[in-house]
Amino acid sequence: MSAEVTTRTQASEGTRQPFGQRVRDWWNSRSRLEQWLMIIPVVVLVYLLPVMNFFPLSTEPWTDYELALFNAARLGLIALGLNVVLGQAGLLDLGYVGFFAVGAYVAAIMTSRDSFLTDPRYSWVVVVPVAIAITMVSGVVIGTPTLRLRGDYLAIVTLGFGEMVRLLADNLEPLRGNRGFQDVGGPPGTYANGSPIFTQGDGKPWYWLTVTFIIVILLLIGNLERSRVGRAWVAIREDEDVAEIMGVPTFRFKVWAFVIGAGIGGLSGVLYAGQVGFVNNQRFDVVTSILFVAAVVLGGSGNKLGVLLGALVISYLPDRFQLAPEYRFLIFGIALIVLMIFRPQGLLGARQRLLARGRQAYQRLVGKPEPVATESALIDSGKGTNA
Amino acid sequence: MALLELHSVSVAYGRIQALRDISLTVEEGEIVTLIGANGAGKTTTMKAISGLVPLSQGSIEFDGADISKVRADLRVVRGICQAPEGRGVFPGMTVRENLEMGCYTRRDRKAIAEDFDRVFELFPRLKERATQAGGTLSGGEQQMVAIGRALMARPRLLLLDEPSMGLAPQFIQQIFNIITEINKQGTTVLLVEQNAQQALSRAHRGYVLETGSVTRASTGKDLLADPAVKEAYLGVA
Repeated sequence: MSAEVTTRTQASEGTRQPFGQRVRDWWNSRSRLEQWLMIIPVVVLVYLLPVMNFFPLSTEPWTDYELALFNAARLGLIALGLNVVLGQAGLLDLGYVGFFAVGAYVAAIMTSRDSFLTDPRYSWVVVVPVAIAITMVSGVVIGTPTLRLRGDYLAIVTLGFGEMVRLLADNLEPLRGNRGFQDVGGPPGTYANGSPIFTQGDGKPWYWLTVTFIIVILLLIGNLERSRVGRAWVAIREDEDVAEIMGVPTFRFKVWAFVIGAGIGGLSGVLYAGQVGFVNNQRFDVVTSILFVAAVVLGGSGNKLGVLLGALVISYLPDRFQLAPEYRFLIFGIALIVLMIFRPQGLLGARQRLLARGRQAYQRLVGKPEPVATESALIDSGKGTNA
Repeated sequence: MALLELHSVSVAYGRIQALRDISLTVEEGEIVTLIGANGAGKTTTMKAISGLVPLSQGSIEFDGADISKVRADLRVVRGICQAPEGRGVFPGMTVRENLEMGCYTRRDRKAIAEDFDRVFELFPRLKERATQAGGTLSGGEQQMVAIGRALMARPRLLLLDEPSMGLAPQFIQQIFNIITEINKQGTTVLLVEQNAQQALSRAHRGYVLETGSVTRASTGKDLLADPAVKEAYLGVA
């Protein structure tokens, strides 16, 4: 067997590393300072996108360009949250739209004049933490019973819970069903002339606000991933039983993934409700949930930047190319299928760096950037476990 | 006082009774082996000890304390760690990351570094493959990872579930040598095996499991010499 192993090693050394891996190696071997120097212009560019309203970026005349950008960013935020649940911990949650709905409804109840609260004029600055807290609690409530299930069973039950949230909105009188809540509040702030900054017509401030949230959450989640929590999630995703007998409190970490994901979903619900200014029971169906999952899977489950890209593709492209609106979803569907054939791991595949301070540790150990075997399961995370 | 004691343990999967009234003890410093045919309940016994399946009856005592109701992850903290059947390597993690998962419950950095050295000394192959993904290793190497990873928890009791399964003959010999070596270094081992010949010749004591019950218990040598065991498990008529 040693002979067999040797030949295989030689073979894999002979083949060229895939492009993505070479990019990653190159990136990992830069110093922190160099990395930041390259990140900053990209971030500036992202912030400048709304003012670059010209060909080929613009989505006009079909869709308002700034609102299209806001919607893409909002879906990006959702994808980041779902990525914690689905990409990191490997829990297939088909009811994620439920958390989005909870966030939107909390914002509506706390700020709309249609609310059953006697004085529903809470400041948006208060609404955000309250909404996040309430969605996180709902994550615990939904997660505690369901996360004892695994795989397909978990998917079915979460699907049911997502529907339950929608049906509650349909049928509970205080939630006003189809009539919904008018005049949901947004963030405070006015221009010099006294007109409010955050209005329904102007997507720019909403986009900038959402991008800022995304950056903050990227930093927070990035730190979590590199911690013991992140390692536990990956272990659970790879093999839950083995994770447990290695001493990982699997149930607790699964609930945590659910709760953190829920909080981010709630936040994007608040942003959505504020921008649209109106919340009713129409936008929280299963199809929306599947769209969220599609953004994550398409972009590369487990890869933060990948899921952002996936969200951009799913939200921006249909807005950009509306030449034949009646074929829009047909083209979209075909594009998804083609992508799944050629990139089953998503646009950007996942590669977790699990070691705490992994970069430095690898540099010390082998004197070069952390390599991963080209046939690594993390690169092709669509495959099952080993034989 | 024994390190591990099972008192008439029963386990059921739904209505199917997998273990009936199993009692066994493992003394500190021993290698104890469980042998038996497929479906005799060997793996279920291991799962009951590591906490992956609940008991329907009986109790498990570890180091004098009843751990029957203790969560699996907390049993690791107490000093029980298992190398699961079918190896159960995390396929997407590198060898090093797999080993790091073994010391998930530990925070004593210095001792962890020592244990890395120890595992790499026992399995020099793993050092060569430290940055390779677990799923891309050969079967024997994955078995090394599974055993090494369990050792990284610095367990007082090491549970090994079929470490020789699917391995080439010369490799089986090597794995058993390493198990003996680990035991000599002071770790108590409970070993489940189909390879009865090897297991019994290495073990201090052995138990024979048949359809969920212990049918024989004796020293390894006596069981090797036992005509019924010979016929059933050693392929000697």
